[in-house]
Amino acid sequence: MNKSILKLAFVLALGIFSFSANAQKVYSTKTGQIFFNATGGIEKIAAVNNQTDSKFVEQTGQMIFAVLVKGFKFENQLMEDHFNENYMESSKFPKADFKGYITNIKEINFAKDGTYPVTVDGSLTIHGVSNKVSTTGTMKIEKGLPQIEGAFKIKIKDYGISGMYIGDKIAPDAAITINCKY
Amino acid sequence: MMISNKKIFPIAFIVSCCMLSFAQAQNVDLFAEKDEPIRDIVTSTFKTTRIVNGHSIENVGKGILDFKILHRFGQLSDGAYNLFGLDQASMRLGLDYGISKTLMVGVGRSTFEKQYDGFMKLRLLSQSTGGKNFPFALSYAGTMIYKSLKNTSTTIKPYETDRFTYAHQLIFARKFGDYFSLQLTPTLFHYNLVSTSKLPNDFISVGISMRERISKRVNFTQEYYYRVNKLEGYYNSFSVGFDIETGGHVFQLHVTNSTGMTERTFINETTGEWGKGNIRFGFNVSRVFTVRKPKEFRK
Repeated sequence: MNKSILKLAFVLALGIFSFSANAQKVYSTKTGQIFFNATGGIEKIAAVNNQTDSKFVEQTGQMIFAVLVKGFKFENQLMEDHFNENYMESSKFPKADFKGYITNIKEINFAKDGTYPVTVDGSLTIHGVSNKVSTTGTMKIEKGLPQIEGAFKIKIKDYGISGMYIGDKIAPDAAITINCKY
Repeated sequence: MMISNKKIFPIAFIVSCCMLSFAQAQNVDLFAEKDEPIRDIVTSTFKTTRIVNGHSIENVGKGILDFKILHRFGQLSDGAYNLFGLDQASMRLGLDYGISKTLMVGVGRSTFEKQYDGFMKLRLLSQSTGGKNFPFALSYAGTMIYKSLKNTSTTIKPYETDRFTYAHQLIFARKFGDYFSLQLTPTLFHYNLVSTSKLPNDFISVGISMRERISKRVNFTQEYYYRVNKLEGYYNSFSVGFDIETGGHVFQLHVTNSTGMTERTFINETTGEWGKGNIRFGFNVSRVFTVRKPKEFRK
């Protein structure tokens, strides 16, 4: 009887082991960097967020980015206040996120160090408004750990953000740069 | 329970196979993940670090230098000869600096009594929602005022320390949505020297201040200080004004019955009476400079 229970336990353990081995590999970070620049005039209008939450699945290429809008740091505190209060309405829309897929995830060999080009498609939500975004970037594999870099531009008006300085001191397009180490 | 060895193996095998297929079905879906509640710290309860004369709950940001010019004209009741007060002026020039996110310090020089003042303001609690709710923000502001006006009396020779007065303020503030903020400011003064021996050296007062948002860039403010025990012959300070934001500036326009712009002067020693038209037009101009960039921008 004891022997049979042992056998049972062994086979069950095997099952559980195969369960974990088969689970999809998720890479994640909570300290990704997103930088944007919307300088329109002489005054530099740029901010950085070093607390970007990002994850992606190795098998499916599914990927998400999420940031707290209030987490963007400007050189100038007053500018940061205006950004949150007048433009982004951060108490109403505290988060901005991206949900999409790395469409060519199969071309990346996670076991081999190197730099791979990636294309990403998905939906970007800022200020409560979602728009389709498609961009290219690179994925660098170093000792099995991926790092994603990318840059793209968005039209501020597309996200329902308004204000009298947009198109003047604030550029109509914001250039966004992403750098996440997983 | 009696199950033979022969039977148990296939059963266990089937069970583990079931688990295996279950695992394969268990695809990760990042989009379906629930958001964790986020702690949102309330900001911009007031537009700048002063409401009219007194401190607001706000601090200047870390590494930011704020140059403030506070200016009051003469009394409206002075009449047309003095162009309703515009011929006269009382000023305070100040420099405020944010040492950290929660601590700011400032110095100032007023034309009134040729006062020098220094203060520190420390944020103790912040209003927040989301992951952790807290209903109000609390700061402490401590001010030291030095009167440098020469002593005209020949009979009394005051000590140098007699020229100092102190103010301790607790600032309670709450932002009710985007459009309304309220602040209560209990205040304690200490005079090192008062004019007669019968007078107390300590005075208590309570300030109540409000901000209403009119548009994205214009806010309406009121500030009133009620004196609990008072010096005779003075009035409670009451001011109304507008905060106007323009890029790197916050411009404040107001009318007030106070002349001085340091704590004990405007709260305890306001000479003007609203009913008699002893009110002044005034403005505060603030210009901020980034002295020390946030570490993200230092390279």
